[in-house]
Amino acid sequence: MKKLRAALRRLVGMFSAERREREFASEIEGHLEMHIDDNVRAGMTAEEARRYALVKLGGLEKTRQAYHDRGSVPFFETLMQDLSFAARQLWKNPGFTITAVLMLSLGIAGSVAIFAFVDAALLRPLPYPEPNGLVDVTESVAMFPHANLSYPDYLDWKRMNRSFRSFDVYRGTGYLLNTPSGIEPVAGEQVTDGFFHTLGIAPLLGRDFYLGEDLLSAPRTVILSYSAWQKRFSGRKDVVGQAVSLSGMPYTIVGVMPDSFEFAPRNNAEFWTTMHASSANGCDLRRSCHGLVGVARMKDGVTVAAALADMKAIAQQLERQYPDDNRGQGAVVQPLSELVVGDIRPILLLLLTGAGLLLLIACVNVASLLLVRSESRRKEIAVRGALGASPLRLARQFVTEGVLLVFGSNLLGLACAFFASRMLLRLIPKDMVVLHMPYLRDLGLNFHVMCFAAGIALLATAIFSLTPMVRLSFGEVQEGLTEGSRGSSGVLWRKIGANLTVLELATATVLLVGAGLLGKSFYHLLHVDLNFEPDHLSILSVALPDKTYAKDEQMVAARRQLLERISVLPGVVSAATTSTLPTTYNGNTEWIRFVGREYNGKHNEVNERDVTPNFFSTMKTRLIRGRFFVPDEDGTKPRVVIVNQAFVKQYFPNQDPLGTRIGDTALSPKSIKEIVGVVDDLREAALDEPILPAVYFPADQNPETYFNLIVRTTQDEKTLLPTLVATIHQFDAGIGTADETTMMMYINESQTAYLHRSSAWLVGGFAAIALPLGMIGLYGVIAYSVSQRTREIGVRMALGAQREIVQRMVLKEGGRLAVVGIVVGLVCSLAATLLLRSVLFGVQTWDLGTLGGVALLLAIAALLASYVPARRAASIDPMEALRSE
Amino acid sequence: MGEKADVWQGTLALMVLKTLEGLGSLHGYGIARRIEQISGDVLSLNYGTVYPALLKLEQEGAIVSEWGVSENNRKAKFYKLTRVGRKQLEQETNNWEQTTAILARFLHGTEDPA
Repeated sequence: MKKLRAALRRLVGMFSAERREREFASEIEGHLEMHIDDNVRAGMTAEEARRYALVKLGGLEKTRQAYHDRGSVPFFETLMQDLSFAARQLWKNPGFTITAVLMLSLGIAGSVAIFAFVDAALLRPLPYPEPNGLVDVTESVAMFPHANLSYPDYLDWKRMNRSFRSFDVYRGTGYLLNTPSGIEPVAGEQVTDGFFHTLGIAPLLGRDFYLGEDLLSAPRTVILSYSAWQKRFSGRKDVVGQAVSLSGMPYTIVGVMPDSFEFAPRNNAEFWTTMHASSANGCDLRRSCHGLVGVARMKDGVTVAAALADMKAIAQQLERQYPDDNRGQGAVVQPLSELVVGDIRPILLLLLTGAGLLLLIACVNVASLLLVRSESRRKEIAVRGALGASPLRLARQFVTEGVLLVFGSNLLGLACAFFASRMLLRLIPKDMVVLHMPYLRDLGLNFHVMCFAAGIALLATAIFSLTPMVRLSFGEVQEGLTEGSRGSSGVLWRKIGANLTVLELATATVLLVGAGLLGKSFYHLLHVDLNFEPDHLSILSVALPDKTYAKDEQMVAARRQLLERISVLPGVVSAATTSTLPTTYNGNTEWIRFVGREYNGKHNEVNERDVTPNFFSTMKTRLIRGRFFVPDEDGTKPRVVIVNQAFVKQYFPNQDPLGTRIGDTALSPKSIKEIVGVVDDLREAALDEPILPAVYFPADQNPETYFNLIVRTTQDEKTLLPTLVATIHQFDAGIGTADETTMMMYINESQTAYLHRSSAWLVGGFAAIALPLGMIGLYGVIAYSVSQRTREIGVRMALGAQREIVQRMVLKEGGRLAVVGIVVGLVCSLAATLLLRSVLFGVQTWDLGTLGGVALLLAIAALLASYVPARRAASIDPMEALRSE
Repeated sequence: MGEKADVWQGTLALMVLKTLEGLGSLHGYGIARRIEQISGDVLSLNYGTVYPALLKLEQEGAIVSEWGVSENNRKAKFYKLTRVGRKQLEQETNNWEQTTAILARFLHGTEDPA
């Protein structure tokens, strides 16, 4: 305590040193005067009295020094001196300082910005208590390794498992909500009663769902998301207990979730309601209807692997028990974080690696700049050493300079990183952040990120203060005082510099190869065969209110009238609807069986879509055989289907499928349909997924209140959207519309396209910076080597060496470094691309074109970088060179 | 008169505190003189060493200072014990007495001195 106070006062004392020393001077003056007075009184002469008083004081200067040291902190004082000297040194060399600081801050900004994402996404993805106990639980089938659960299976799993403390399921849903601006479709989530309890989050207001509140017999209750509470109910405290009408059904509000609550698997839900599993929802009681996702909290001490084994055993038992419905149904148990960030983890790690490599190149470049500088400062160092500065004192000076350089770059880098991460975040479509990446919401320079930046700073400081120190300890310090004795140390430096250049070129190679592969893969992704023409298509989703359109005929009539109204709008070529938009995903599948074929119970799983008659002509998808649907094909007509080529390839190799009939697994009479047409493989799945067999039903034979409208226009498809919405609301103000966009935007902003595009751009950016940095590094080494060998070259030329030979000699030196760097880099890239494998699409990791292209590009760059110093070497005037030494 | 002894490590602060306790408020020169006098001129004290010690005690909060005028009309800085200083003096006196008692026992045999 006492010591702490003293230390603090010393530290503070550093800033008032001047005043204190002034006071001390007058105190000592008083002391001497009193002492002299006494001495004179004792009989000394004035001269004697003064001398004796000074002796007794122990020397004026020594006393002052002792007092000064006690008054401040000598260590810090020296530091301040070193710092101001270092700052002067850096200030005197603005070229070096600006280059070094810019390179470093660029490297730091890149890696810190990416790390901020890594931190938000990979280190803190689940904002729940004890997140490691939470697992994602679903079924799996051959076609979809991560499939959905059916409700009866869920109940059995919940009852039979021994691994979970609690186990709940959720499914996304939508409601039509009456708002002041009209009917609006809003996203909701249906959950079982213990859902929030399993996550470990309690409502901010009101209560959680009661046990049993998810049964059909329980009253309908809803918990609001914080944003819905704010937006729809102006954050009123008395909202709990009020009624709200969702799609015409009355619900009682029982709670409000806190603002911080998020559920990354599907975060846009405004209304959280309970399941109310019932036979009214055709799916709930069918074991073969899979629409749920499970989330569970494991018991203490249970591992994910143990839980998976447990679930697999139960799945096998159910398979034996219900062979018709559960054949081939396995189980998936994985950490919940895997579900949330599994897709972007490889990309983020890849980007972090890229940024790290860039930082490495920047550090190497700055280190070699420092080396060159320490070389040119040999004389200064030698003089200071000769004047009595200890090696430790000299080393400390270098460390101080390194610290100052890194500190400045770090500040600048952090500032840039802040803006870079904001910018990167803004590049992600906002919907995607809200819906799938809510954890990015509080992305920023938090404690973790600061620690990471501090780590980088520490490492960089170590490198930069060590480099010149190592360099100095190699040569005798005194050597620098004698002229022309730098031969041996020059060679040594060239070796270190050369190794650094090889490292740099190798790193640049890895980055370029990575960027090349990612770019190529993104190109492939955007050029996959869509088998439709995506331009000039406006799309939006439409939800008919269930109450008004309860019967099939009403839905059919409403859709027909809507399409009629839309197709006569100016600029509209044709309009159609589908149950699931193309390029969305593989899913919404059906299990089918062929009439007249032997059935082994196997699941023939196919994508199922309900489309209107002119859907394919609107999309401009080719008809291969048979016919399209005809306009009046509704429930009163024989049931028909159209299939895609993948379907024919899989189930009718070398046969004509037309006229064949398919049905459900039980071949129930009303499920039998006849294949009347074959269309091209219209891309239903996301861009990077395989094309599955697909079956198209006439929408009017299977009417739903929710569908996607697709309109082909001759005009700008975007400007048509407001007209479409207005037309629909004119028809019936109670119809909800949402997600208005264009097909091109839908494809380009899909998560798949976004992830590929962003990783390609970012790694490409890193590579684009790395290439010139590598060139600068190579140029620096060769140029320095030439400057060191001026005399040698002069002698060679004086002895008759041709200019071309000298030029070739220098080029050869650069070439050798470049070749070694590129070869090492190519070998490293082969290893590094293993990391890429999971994010590449349509490209092999050892794509010869990319590897060759990168090697060629780097070779040309290296040639350019060595050409300038080679020219300079060749133009050396032998007489000048010899005289100057 | 034989060779004078240097001030023992760490005892100067104690002597300063004790001096200030006895005399109330005193300037640096007075403190130095007083210490030398009390030692019976056995200690060789560089008067200058008193000042860093005073600064240290002041930084630790054991003493406070203020400017005043000395008995022979010279401008001087006067030092005064604080409560913290009194406590420190008491504590260090105890420590010192304990130390010397132990040393005494070592030097005069292990029997009870009584």
